[in-house]
Amino acid sequence: MSATVAVSAASPFSGAWRRLASQEALLAVAIIGLAIVVGLINPRFLAARNLSDILLGNAYIAIAAVGMSMVIISGNIDISVGALIGVLATVSGSLAVAGAPILVSWVVPLVLGVAVMAAQGAIVAYLRIPAIVVTLGMLSILKGGLISVTGGKWITDLPQNFHLADLSLLGVPMPVVIMVLATALAALWMRHSPRGRAIYATGGNPEAARLCGVDPRRTVLMVFALHGFFAGLASLVYATQLRVIQSTTPQGLELTIITAAVVGGVSILGGVGTVVGSTLAAILIAEITSALVFINVSPYWTDAVRGALILATVIADILRRQRRAARGWKR
Amino acid sequence: MSAAIEAGVWRAPRWLKQHETLLAIILIIALVSLGAFNNRFLTVENLLDQGRFITETGLIALPMTFVIITGGIDLSVGAIVGLCAIMLGYSWKTFGFPLPLAIIFALFVGAVAGFVNGYVITRVRVPPLIMTIATLALYRGLAEGVSQAHSVRGYPDWFYFLGQGSVFGVPTQLLLLAALIVVAGVALDRTTFGRALYAVGANETAARFSALPVDRVKLIVYTLSGLASGLAAWVLVSRVTTTRMDMGIGYELDVIAAVVLGGASIFGGSGTIWGTVIGLVMIQLLKNGLALTGVKGDATIVVIGVALILSVLIASSLQRRRD
Repeated sequence: MSATVAVSAASPFSGAWRRLASQEALLAVAIIGLAIVVGLINPRFLAARNLSDILLGNAYIAIAAVGMSMVIISGNIDISVGALIGVLATVSGSLAVAGAPILVSWVVPLVLGVAVMAAQGAIVAYLRIPAIVVTLGMLSILKGGLISVTGGKWITDLPQNFHLADLSLLGVPMPVVIMVLATALAALWMRHSPRGRAIYATGGNPEAARLCGVDPRRTVLMVFALHGFFAGLASLVYATQLRVIQSTTPQGLELTIITAAVVGGVSILGGVGTVVGSTLAAILIAEITSALVFINVSPYWTDAVRGALILATVIADILRRQRRAARGWKR
Repeated sequence: MSAAIEAGVWRAPRWLKQHETLLAIILIIALVSLGAFNNRFLTVENLLDQGRFITETGLIALPMTFVIITGGIDLSVGAIVGLCAIMLGYSWKTFGFPLPLAIIFALFVGAVAGFVNGYVITRVRVPPLIMTIATLALYRGLAEGVSQAHSVRGYPDWFYFLGQGSVFGVPTQLLLLAALIVVAGVALDRTTFGRALYAVGANETAARFSALPVDRVKLIVYTLSGLASGLAAWVLVSRVTTTRMDMGIGYELDVIAAVVLGGASIFGGSGTIWGTVIGLVMIQLLKNGLALTGVKGDATIVVIGVALILSVLIASSLQRRRD
């Protein structure tokens, strides 16, 4: 198997082969393949209603994974994002119920998200405290703060026009529109703009990036601020889908978001990955969770299957990278 | 350059000592002022009682100190606690193991869970952060799947001795923790294994070139972390008299906060058991003292988060001034 790959890599078709074997293509194949297999076992899985539920219900994870991918590519990590999304959703819902203009209840979470993440980014970049410590601390601040301020109360009677996620643009539901736009714009920006390239440079080798005239500290700060914006966007899609907002932090959400990024091909060592991959991975993970229900796996086993999947992906990813590195070295 | 390295070697221990004395002073000030606010706080019964609550996170914090000294991290400890608690309850109730065997089985499962972490981290070279995030999901998922979210209760009376009994007025589990603190402290400070941990964390490549068994050291450390989580699960089940699959959620935060608060560098290469113990006591007494002065339970989590970030900020700025 590895011999064929090695031969084809040297052949004139190497570019096409490599593209076919890219993480994004593999994910797309997996998404379609899984849909066909599960559809054969249980045709109801392929009902338009179910497929759109999978997309709509998980668009916010893909949106948050865009920002998370940037953070991980820049060589950092954020485990506070799940708690932040919970806080922002609560803020947004509370504003709407309190009678603030709807636009305000939509914009405030975005601004607040950027502020919180930029603060963390500043501590990480300029005071050189590892992101894991800063975001771990922020996780407990946000989580504890939210419960002690709201008492875990449910926010009900949301005004009708608050539900941004119920709108649609040219027949496409808003969550999907936002997900596709966020992914596409971020992907283009990261691929073609100098600042976008700076994220890869910083994550790949901060010292080399500095010598090339990139300021790694400012890049990290910018990445965290952007990540906050996407977290705000995700919380908006999440909150405006709900009829009742439970003012608690969604359990394990940060894990799902990080998983989407890593399964999507973002290297945890920094410097590698795309947001197209992370969005496809978010869809694949949601599809798997839904598929387990349709092939009658007890919902209690879902987390174990998902955990095993993350583990398998991470190990496969690292092994593939090592093989590629070894091959490059031999050449 | 070599002068700088030499200076680092000379200064690091002094700074470490200072960090712990600083922490101890803050701890005493906090104790006294919280005691002044509330006369139920500084009593022997209350303090011993708090010892019960410290034990579960404390048991895990000892090997976590080792893990962090080697430059790693283990986020899966809370999930291992949940998995072991379920294994204890289910092997006894459903598989019909005698209870002592069920306890040993749970400890074994914990050690295996930790071993799997260590094995993949050393052999496949998956970064510890990612490996243990993945197994956090996996182990918690297994606990959920095996238990189907049912709880187990109705243990025989002798089983509660560890979590609720006391010996000469001291909570049983606190004695266990105290014994293990001494063992861990001696192992870290006085054995080649302990010194190897610092070497691995300070400079892994140098440690390899010095013929230290780096991978074996790491494997042992992660296995110990799993085993200690199993032990914590046993103590926890015995204390709260029931087994649930959501046990130990969020333990990783408390444990890592204690270790980092205690002066261990998250980059590896430094840290002491004493620092960790002071960090542990500080967090628990802060929680308890705040609760007694009327702060709600969830707000104390906020205080831990702030304390974690501030302590690292202060430590790193002190260190930078020295450099």
